[in-house]
Amino acid sequence: MRNNSVIGWLLAAPLSLVLLVFLVAPIVMIVVVSFWGATEWSIYPAFQFDNYAFLLTSDVTYRVFLNTLKYAAITWACTLLIGFTVAYYLAFHIRSLTWQVALFLLCTIPFLTSNIIRMISWIPFLGRNGIANSTLISLGVIDEPLEWLLFSDFSVILAFVHLYTLFMVVPIFNTMMRIDKSLIEAAADAGASGWQTLRHVIIPLTKPGIMIGTIFVVALVMGDFITVRFMSGSQSANVGRMIQNDIGLLQYPSAAATAVILLVTVLLLIGTLLRFVDIRKEL
Amino acid sequence: MEPRPKSFYALTAFFVLFLIFLYGPTITIAILSFQGPGGGLTFPMRGVSLHWFRDLFEQQAVGDIWGSFYRSFTLGLMVMVTTVIVSVMGGLAFRKRFAGATILFYLIITSLVIPSILVSLGVGLIWSQSGMTVHWSTSGYGAQLTWTLPFGLLIMFAVFNRFDRSYEEAARDLGASPWQVIRHVVLPIIAPSLIGVALFGFTLSYDEFARTLLTSGSYNTLPLEIFGMTTNVTTPVLFALGTLTTVFSLLIIVLFLAVVWFMNRARARQGSDAGKGLL
Repeated sequence: MRNNSVIGWLLAAPLSLVLLVFLVAPIVMIVVVSFWGATEWSIYPAFQFDNYAFLLTSDVTYRVFLNTLKYAAITWACTLLIGFTVAYYLAFHIRSLTWQVALFLLCTIPFLTSNIIRMISWIPFLGRNGIANSTLISLGVIDEPLEWLLFSDFSVILAFVHLYTLFMVVPIFNTMMRIDKSLIEAAADAGASGWQTLRHVIIPLTKPGIMIGTIFVVALVMGDFITVRFMSGSQSANVGRMIQNDIGLLQYPSAAATAVILLVTVLLLIGTLLRFVDIRKEL
Repeated sequence: MEPRPKSFYALTAFFVLFLIFLYGPTITIAILSFQGPGGGLTFPMRGVSLHWFRDLFEQQAVGDIWGSFYRSFTLGLMVMVTTVIVSVMGGLAFRKRFAGATILFYLIITSLVIPSILVSLGVGLIWSQSGMTVHWSTSGYGAQLTWTLPFGLLIMFAVFNRFDRSYEEAARDLGASPWQVIRHVVLPIIAPSLIGVALFGFTLSYDEFARTLLTSGSYNTLPLEIFGMTTNVTTPVLFALGTLTTVFSLLIIVLFLAVVWFMNRARARQGSDAGKGLL
């Protein structure tokens, strides 16, 4: 048994090393620097609470955090609805395994292409003279081009949903595929309507998948800065952008303090979600 | 077969709309990248040409994109190889009981959910404060591993959850050493999943933006270069580049899927000699 433990350690060593150097050490570094001071062009070691005091007493911080949570909540609701429906269709309405795999792959392929390019590709759709506006005008729905399609909260959330729905589809589909089909038959035999089966059998059994999808989507949206920057045309703010702005101004201690608060928020959220699901068992 | 319920058709329509939503924008910029020389960023098409693709080969139009492509490709391969090796070792480790396994597991989850910009910022700060110069092949490489390794490990957990241990026991009963069990039994069985890990490792690295932002130094990777272009390039050359990289990603995906397919076929052909009698 001792021998076993040593082998386990050796096998886990490279992983631990990478995580120590590139995950734990950077987090420690950020926490340390968040107490440092900064001048306009340099940072200096110190132990002061100025950065936190400034952040926690500023309205902007609360507004930006609230905005970030708003993005996360709306994106979560949209991706859950779409992701669940798609996964449900693939798992229960497609009858051959080959087709299930093929359609599932079709859903996951975009995940393996560049996010930046997928964001760029909304420009011809949403722009002032874009496809959406010109279609709506030619249909007579609107007279003037809609200004809020691109560079607005709408386009930010649209891009989030576009980029991250897959993170819902994959775990929910995975859980649904493990549901014993005879349970569904039993529900039908017992006289349940399709809707009742969905409500009382499928949804409760799919909860772990929904939780894992939620963890992904919440973490990705909370930590994002590039989607908000690009899709809002720098007009909206979230916490990630606040950090990035400080970095741009070389105010690393202030960026680090915001980063610490963001990390604590994300870990608390994810920690709460993890209480509802045992990830290792569900894979 | 029993007839399809009505909901099937509604859901099929929903699924088709979802696919259009997923692929529509990408297909649109693919079409627009063939704009004539006078064309703009949206429809109408002003002629059809390869003008913007030709522009990609001219330094003054697009900057150093081929250099950044080369760097992203190399980095992708480095990250891919590391991710496969470290994930397999990690997956094997978690099948044994060792002190600290739980902590390590939660570190993996943290690595997955931590906002990318924190990794970027933290690694950047460590490098700058200790007087080192950030470079895509050192700090950038490590920062990307914190994103690809959790995915590799989650795949390995899923694989080993479904792994039938009696194959290993059979091998041990036949006198195989632990290394032989891994080399001749475990690895061949999990090989197709390793192709999946490799695919994730490469593509996630190749497309990664946030974690490389502050860790790649003065030589940009391709996503950073493309993002830089979005602020100062307002011609369809951006779409041409986007189309080309997407096609490249698709080729990589097809290549990996083909490898898995051939492996499965070869295995089906020569895998079992059951029922063939004694030789």
